[in-house]
Amino acid sequence: MKIVVCIKQVPDTTEIKIDPKTGTLIRDGVPSIMNPDDKSGLEMALQLKDEKGAHVTVITMGPPQADLILREAYAMGVDRAIHLTDRKFAGADTLATSHALAGALRKIDFDLLITGRQAIDGDTAQVGPQIAEHLDLPQVSYLENLKFDGDKTFTMKRHIEEGYQMLEVEAPCVVTVLSSANTPRYMNVGGIVDAYQNEVELWGFNEIEVDEKDLGLKGSPTSVHKAFSRGLKPSGELYEVETDEAVGIIIKKLKEKFILN
Amino acid sequence: MNFSLTKEQMLFQQMIKDFAEREVKPLAAEVDDLERFPIETVEKMARIGIMGIPIPKQYGGAGGTNVMYSMAVEELSAVCATTGVIVSAHTSLCAAPILEHGTEAQKQKYLPKLASGEWIGAFGLTEPNAGTDASGQQTTAIEDGDNYIINGSKIFITNAEFAHVYVIMAMTDKSQGTRGITAFIIEKNTPGFSIGKKEKKMGIRGSATCELVFENCILPKENLLGKLSKGFGIAMKTLDGGRIGIAAQALGIAQGAIDETVKYVKERKQFGRPISAFQNTQFQLADMNTKTEASRMLVRKAAYKKDAKLPYSVDAAMAKLYASETAMEVTNKAVQLHGGYGYTREYPVERMMRDAKITEIYEGTSEVQKMVISANMLK
Repeated sequence: MKIVVCIKQVPDTTEIKIDPKTGTLIRDGVPSIMNPDDKSGLEMALQLKDEKGAHVTVITMGPPQADLILREAYAMGVDRAIHLTDRKFAGADTLATSHALAGALRKIDFDLLITGRQAIDGDTAQVGPQIAEHLDLPQVSYLENLKFDGDKTFTMKRHIEEGYQMLEVEAPCVVTVLSSANTPRYMNVGGIVDAYQNEVELWGFNEIEVDEKDLGLKGSPTSVHKAFSRGLKPSGELYEVETDEAVGIIIKKLKEKFILN
Repeated sequence: MNFSLTKEQMLFQQMIKDFAEREVKPLAAEVDDLERFPIETVEKMARIGIMGIPIPKQYGGAGGTNVMYSMAVEELSAVCATTGVIVSAHTSLCAAPILEHGTEAQKQKYLPKLASGEWIGAFGLTEPNAGTDASGQQTTAIEDGDNYIINGSKIFITNAEFAHVYVIMAMTDKSQGTRGITAFIIEKNTPGFSIGKKEKKMGIRGSATCELVFENCILPKENLLGKLSKGFGIAMKTLDGGRIGIAAQALGIAQGAIDETVKYVKERKQFGRPISAFQNTQFQLADMNTKTEASRMLVRKAAYKKDAKLPYSVDAAMAKLYASETAMEVTNKAVQLHGGYGYTREYPVERMMRDAKITEIYEGTSEVQKMVISANMLK
């Protein structure tokens, strides 16, 4: 089985600073990590490799420093790493990003494409599903679990608001994975020693199959109207009372806010 | 001259810090309190290659460097000095002498099991009457056909209770003093070999420090390590390498105490201000950090020289002398800055101060390090 995992380098912080002029993220001085949902997607792929045998490729689109997460992926046990990097990709929103990734994926043979549900820097959860649409493949989002029958069929557990769905899907398909699906493995020491000896393939516009007008700023219909840091919540009111009285206070407050009638 | 970590070392540091924080730190207080060997941590370390960092890939190791190995012992010890010494004794005192002095058959037999962490290693030199004066060995190995018959005992052996293989020294010719000492490899279930009393210690309380007892222990001749009568040299060389590990452990303890103290002094308020606002606190922290960073440079330099196959014996002695004395001083100050709370087991600096003391004693006391350093100056 051939698996491709899309991974993204994101700033490791919940306090993302935003440039007030451009509305984009300021990345300087913030440590970068592999996006948590993507890392769980990668772990899912590596578990399939451990159990059934698989060839795992990781692909990322990003600036040169995104090389780090590809080395990390090698140290975790992947077989191939591709870095999509080209000035033509710069300034991409989710749509242009998914076009670039889909353009690369047209050049790779795979049975299963895994992406994280969403990245902690943008939280859009759009790129995975968009790739599936561009490639005209079935997609299952918000995966908690995936099993492979060894032939052609995946059994998947998908998290939904009311509970979960169980699905059977045939390869090839696209899935997006939640970080709660598993605990990603640590990098292996021997893998770290070899990480920089392995080849990271650099792919630009010329290596992929995509219409140039769909890329970068030109291919990005999203414009940020305004971005701002959420203000701090007030500390709230504290009551130290018996349970019955507490319930009464809560109901009264909820009615004041028109949450209860 | 370059003081930066390489890309591989940075990636390694990211992993080992994460591992120490998530897997080792949560157990540290319990391991100390219950004097419990953290076997589950050893299994986790084994899975990702931490038990065989500087062992070549051909023998099942990670093929890493001694710099990486010292970084691992440092980061593990920053949160749990017991875990740090388990890795250090296993790697430097058991796997390393087999790698350096073993026959190809011995390397093939023992290194893959040690490097993968399937087996844990230990080392036996010290005896009740042979500490710093290692020439006073009483344990004997008498030739008997295809075997040696070993009698005697070893004390203060790290990992002893949980180890599967031991590198030990015994007298094959008592009349020759240190030139009559030979090194042997002993497996756990060798007839006549048993684990004796377990020590109750001040610090590193989870490291399973026990006595090794040999009562007409029959050891096949193929278990002789290196050459007959060359055991003293092997032991001294092994301890040179071990000192990098213990220096890294001391460095880690000091750094761990600093990390805890910085956190504490920002939170703790007295006279209406966090105690970090007082100049005494600031000056103490500055001294603690400067000495710890100096220790780090000495440790890394010694490890680098070992990797570069340069003579490193004096560097390792300096690193161990300075890092261990720094660990004692820094943890002492850390407890002082924590005040009464620092004297309780609610805060980890109490444990760190107890753990630090042993680094001035084992694998050559501070005084022995000074002998090594000055002997090289005066030769």
